[in-house]
Amino acid sequence: MSKDGSSDFFTTKLDDMVNWARKHSLFPLPFGTSCCGIELMSTLASGYDMARFGAEVVRFSPRQSDLLIVAGIVNLKMAPVLRNIYDQMADPKWVISMGACASSGGIFNVYSVTQGIDTVLPVDVYVPGCPPAPEGLLNALLRLKEMIAAGETHSQRRERALRGEV
Amino acid sequence: MDINTPVKTIYGGHYDKYLPEWTMVVEALQSEFGDFIEEILMPRIAATDVPIIQIRKSGMMAVLSRLKEGLGFSFLTDYTATDEESEPRFRLVLQLMNPTTKARMRVKIRLSEQETSPTLIPLWEGANWAEREIYDMFGIRFEGHPDLRRILMDMRWEGHPLRKDYPLRGYQVFLTPEPLDPELLK
Amino acid sequence: MSDSNPKNFKTDLPLDVARWGIPSTYDVSVKRDTDDIFEDSKVLVNIGPTHPAMHGAFRCMARLNGEIIEKSYCEFGYTHRAKEKLGENRTYHQFVVYTDRLNYCSALINNVTYAMAVERLMGIEVPERAVWIRMMCAELARVIDHLICVGINAVDLGAFSFFLYGYHQREKAYTLIEKLCGARLTTSYTRIGGLMADAPEGWEKEVKEWVKETRAVVDEMDRLLTENRIWLKRTKGVAIMNREDCLKYSFTGPNARAAGVDIDLRRDQPCMFYDQVDFDVPVAQTGDVFDRYYVRLEEVRQSLNILTQCADRIKRGPIWADDKRTRIPEKDQVYNTMEGLIHHFKFFMNGFNVPAGEAYTSFEAANGELGFYIVSKGGPAAHRMRIRGPSFWHYQGLDPMIRGEYIADLVAALGSINVIAGELDR
Repeated sequence: MSKDGSSDFFTTKLDDMVNWARKHSLFPLPFGTSCCGIELMSTLASGYDMARFGAEVVRFSPRQSDLLIVAGIVNLKMAPVLRNIYDQMADPKWVISMGACASSGGIFNVYSVTQGIDTVLPVDVYVPGCPPAPEGLLNALLRLKEMIAAGETHSQRRERALRGEV
Repeated sequence: MDINTPVKTIYGGHYDKYLPEWTMVVEALQSEFGDFIEEILMPRIAATDVPIIQIRKSGMMAVLSRLKEGLGFSFLTDYTATDEESEPRFRLVLQLMNPTTKARMRVKIRLSEQETSPTLIPLWEGANWAEREIYDMFGIRFEGHPDLRRILMDMRWEGHPLRKDYPLRGYQVFLTPEPLDPELLK
Repeated sequence: MSDSNPKNFKTDLPLDVARWGIPSTYDVSVKRDTDDIFEDSKVLVNIGPTHPAMHGAFRCMARLNGEIIEKSYCEFGYTHRAKEKLGENRTYHQFVVYTDRLNYCSALINNVTYAMAVERLMGIEVPERAVWIRMMCAELARVIDHLICVGINAVDLGAFSFFLYGYHQREKAYTLIEKLCGARLTTSYTRIGGLMADAPEGWEKEVKEWVKETRAVVDEMDRLLTENRIWLKRTKGVAIMNREDCLKYSFTGPNARAAGVDIDLRRDQPCMFYDQVDFDVPVAQTGDVFDRYYVRLEEVRQSLNILTQCADRIKRGPIWADDKRTRIPEKDQVYNTMEGLIHHFKFFMNGFNVPAGEAYTSFEAANGELGFYIVSKGGPAAHRMRIRGPSFWHYQGLDPMIRGEYIADLVAALGSINVIAGELDR
């Protein structure tokens, strides 16, 4: 407790607790458009089983999910749609950009392809690979959990900025 | 070593198997539609795998319906175009197949840049989207097509990407999703 | 396929009478949902572009009368990656990686077809061992593609465990493919005139073991789902595409064979050593969702047969064609001799020239006829690289297929024709 009565100590601990709860209950929205979508399915299916990391309840409605996994190509026709979906998700929300196409356009530097989805929305974790093996996606998920626990994601920074803490 | 070198494991016996049918079809077309046929390229003589029949636009419907109904080439395998960069600029390319004998043929139609082509939907309903794709990618218009809109690109896109003068990285960015036209369902 | 006719479904009646007790005409305005208390209540439903049932990025807009689709139109292009334009801007060698991303459920078939298309233009004959390996690749890819198609189709209709059975086997096939080329999904395994690497020692034995296992799993999947009452009700007589329509809309592959179009390019247009192996072509008659499902399941069994035969007949030998134009120099040549280094540099930077000419080369891919129409003007890149993806033509048939069906059957129909966005949009 500081002298003016505000409780810095307490809110920090509450944040930690909330982040702890958040990181263990991710609700992914699979935005699978192409090849990476198949590897995303592999990750969700029996062999790799994303349920082990507390992120198996896939929600197809942006309102009910907080982790957007962009798996596959996002071309210029799709980019506004992706932005709409991101805007519809409730805060706090996280984004994993899976695969080379989503992260940078990959081998498709052509007229119709967005050169990386970070031109459209903020991305927390990039997964390299074309497509990444399921281990790569699981690693990204674990990395995201660490980031959430440390409060380092875009969404949490935005939240803190809105509270005037930065 | 080119296309006319026989390769055993890639359709080795095809030429011998289908030559009688090809000759029969080509002779039938030449005797019936001699005026409409510009050029006939046969495999082993020209650099092609199946006979190419280049026809005039005016005789397009007649020749194609004869090929479809009388001569057995009733399966439209593929319908596309090429940009030749010289006048006349475009070729419409049809890959036809005979579903009983599995013989294949290629029909080409030359078009200059401003020319339109009659639609093939009366012959093959499946040509609908193929024609839309040709319109989208090359800008060739089809007369009588019921729904000639862009198919792969955004409807607000300018230019036709598969033309040789369109740059490989000619991006066009739109900030809103493509609008849907509910009129189309009326 | 003797059991392809439903047991409790009156086949002698016209379809509409059997399902709704109303007379059959093609005029959709006659078909009306009998539960619809508001007459002619028209609703527009937009499905996609990111709807989970759309298997990728397509959009379907449907006008409903009650629950019955009166008219629909489909939009796509949300994964358009300009592969045809890239084919004109990349060398023939570089384009191999783009073929993986066509039908990404069975990338090996695309690799094989593309390599064949360019080899045909150059008149190259690959050695026997390479051909057998390619055939095994194609059949392996066909099996996993069909497994994923029927699996996802079942997931959409609520049978999740069926999907897991198939996917488990698919993971094992991925391990086999990984041993072959190091990648799971996008393989880029073939090269023009050869293969990236030889199959490892004992690979064909592992394939044979996998085949044995998969045969048991497929039989189990068959027992699990085929006789299931809910599955039969959801699939029998739903979304029928008859033989005439299939020919009109250029359907190929399992979707056409489900309606009685007896064309299989492996048998009718034999390439590689398909004339030396023994297999059947399953053909059904009705052309509904169930037939498409069952034809695929049967084709898996046939492909497993072919795999065993290939594994028995494969022998040791070279995997590269004896052709200086396309042979990638050996690494010890590249690192130790000046000529080898220059050759390597020229090969990868400039590519090799393909003689002028044009050819349309097609092969029975998992979904239907995959064709590459390549026009060469003599340079290292194609003048026109047209890819005939079967899904493009199948997706066009969706609208006539679902007209007059329930909205819930749209999902069944779309899953059963197995539209893959990569080869639809290219």
